Amino acid sequence: MPEKSGADILIESLLAQGVDTVFGYPGGAVLPIYDALFQHPKIRHVLVRHEAGAAHAAEGYARSTGKPGVVLVTSGPGATNAVTGIADAFLDSIPMVVLTGQVATNLIGSDAFQEADTVGITRHCSKHNYLVKAPSELGHVIAEAFHIATQGRPGPVVVDIPKNVQVATAEFDRHQPNATKRYVPAAEADFAAITQAVELLANAKAPIFYTGGGIINSGPDASSALRELAALSGAPVTSTLMGLGAFPASDPAWLGMLGMHGTYEANMAMNQCDVMLCLGARFDDRVTGRLDAFSPNSTKVHIDIDRSSINKTIRVDLPIVADVGKAIRQMITIWNSRKLQAQNLEEWWARIKGWRSVGSLNYPASQSEIMPQYAIERLYELTKHRSPIITTEVGQHQMWAAQHFHFEAPNKWLTSGGLGTMGYGLPAAIGAQMGDPDALVIDIAGEASIQMNIQEMGTASQYRLPVKVFIINNEWMGMVRQWQQLTYESRYSNSYSDSLPDFVALAEAYGWKGIRCSDPAKLDEAIAEMLAYDGPVMFDCRVSKEANCFPMIPSGAAHTEMILHSDEVTGTMDDEAKALV
Amino acid sequence: MHILEEIAERHVLTLTVDNEAGTLARIAGMFTSRGYNIDSLTVADISEDHAVSRITIVTNGPPEVIDQIIAQCERLIPVHKVTDLTDAGPHVERELALVKVSGSGERRVEAMRLADIYRARVIDATVSSFIFEITGGPDKIDTFIALMRELGLVEVGRTGIVGLMRGAEPS
Repeated sequence: MPEKSGADILIESLLAQGVDTVFGYPGGAVLPIYDALFQHPKIRHVLVRHEAGAAHAAEGYARSTGKPGVVLVTSGPGATNAVTGIADAFLDSIPMVVLTGQVATNLIGSDAFQEADTVGITRHCSKHNYLVKAPSELGHVIAEAFHIATQGRPGPVVVDIPKNVQVATAEFDRHQPNATKRYVPAAEADFAAITQAVELLANAKAPIFYTGGGIINSGPDASSALRELAALSGAPVTSTLMGLGAFPASDPAWLGMLGMHGTYEANMAMNQCDVMLCLGARFDDRVTGRLDAFSPNSTKVHIDIDRSSINKTIRVDLPIVADVGKAIRQMITIWNSRKLQAQNLEEWWARIKGWRSVGSLNYPASQSEIMPQYAIERLYELTKHRSPIITTEVGQHQMWAAQHFHFEAPNKWLTSGGLGTMGYGLPAAIGAQMGDPDALVIDIAGEASIQMNIQEMGTASQYRLPVKVFIINNEWMGMVRQWQQLTYESRYSNSYSDSLPDFVALAEAYGWKGIRCSDPAKLDEAIAEMLAYDGPVMFDCRVSKEANCFPMIPSGAAHTEMILHSDEVTGTMDDEAKALV
Repeated sequence: MHILEEIAERHVLTLTVDNEAGTLARIAGMFTSRGYNIDSLTVADISEDHAVSRITIVTNGPPEVIDQIIAQCERLIPVHKVTDLTDAGPHVERELALVKVSGSGERRVEAMRLADIYRARVIDATVSSFIFEITGGPDKIDTFIALMRELGLVEVGRTGIVGLMRGAEPS
């Protein structure tokens, strides 16, 4: 058998996995791989401006296409710069394979130039990682890395490849099966348990579906199945931040997002339900509020592919370890074969209607300035016919987008939920646009967050990606300022966005179009101008400066203790509550 | 505000894992990063082809934390199987300790006599010292060491616990 270099084995292994796009940045320890890439034009390499951008772009690509994202960075700072994106993908269960260069094996541990202990640093923020010590291992390692990244609960897998392993040769046959046997996650649910779940649902007087990102990770059929099961049972549906789009927002059974900035009706229904079906969600602290007051009287069913998500914070009555899409299909089959009928839910829906009438997403209107919620509402109304892909940064704008932008389909909403990474949105939009060049991709950003990876504007320019960055500019790190107002008697410590760049001039400097708007009467026209431009646009939307994001469950409070716009806001909080977040 | 302590119970977990670089760091680091306790940890390869190791971990925590520890261990790719010996039923636990004692006269004789009672073997002797090798459950070893403290204990080396299920079935 002819021998090949480690770099060639790597590229052929990537091609065998169907990889067509890699987000990366070259450097000394990956030069052999970059040379091999040069000779394999089938793989598109997207040159980012900072390795953090590569990792988030790969996340955006993965989340919008359903395919694993691939990152290629050099050793040392290349790898450490990518760590935030790896940790982000770990918490949000994004399938990703990160290839990092490493110093030659004989130099490892010698504090060599651009050496960092990449496997040590990423060990607890990746699903798995490898240090490849011989080119003969590469074929198997890459095959297993993709298997682990995509199967079960998805996540990032790091493959650290020393430079001499890239150059040295080994026998390699790409037709040889490299199937891995040691990682076999559960798929099918236990029949008895899933039957019990169906019976609970059918007998419930006040059921609710609490869905999460697992539905999206399970694939488009999981979303379809959820819609069918919701229709059969007549139960209301709420979702976590990560699960938005799995259930259509236009459906009458949709309650909106739940949790800290979720709707009043979603949180009250969670609190008052008698049967809760948690599907591919994980009882995150942003969702549960105070644990001992969380949905006190419900029977809880939890379907999750990751056993460690079950009973982690909330004890459930019926745990089911399974692929959530397959489990919902099983539930539909059982429901239909038994010709089950849902209970009369009129009384339950009447109560929900009462909570809905509170209008928890209402906000004070203004003629003189653009309210941030209004900006997102108008952006939604003017783009919804194009089914855009929305990415966000992290903060108030992210929550307003989750509240006021509505999704009909999965894989259209890309946001950093678990890690809460400012700077995620622009590179994620670039990744999504690479995955679907014809899609309308908009990063709803804040003026502070956007600066965290603003260098990626150059990437969009280089690849002619027509991404739109819609900055909700209130000149504050808005969520920090809001918490300081509510918790620290308005002592605004370091939360003012001072010395902002002129975003329009900046856009022009990168060859983008820049638009600024501060007049609510001219907003529609300005958004139309943004949409009409066929290249990248940075939209500086000057909004009301001190708007707060409500409704809100304050730190350490129960679902029933939401703050609404109409409420008086107090200026301090006790130490127990302060310590919680 | 004060931070509350939780009531903990002791559990012995035994894990079969792939014997590859980084597995121990992955498991030990997971305990650290998630705030779990390790009272003792032993590891050695146990298969003919050196592909599989057994790790025995003594940990403590409230029952729901122990359940999470097991789930988090199972989530790691190189971990094949986790058994909670404490939960699973009858099992044996053993630990080996080396105990160095120095002294002379009556104290030396007394140390020797107690070693005999505890079935500790002398594996090194000088005119003024012994090293005893003692095997047993952790309580027995703790008691022996406490006695030796009275009689001129110099230092102790302990292996940590290994354990297996009783009966014919694998753990």
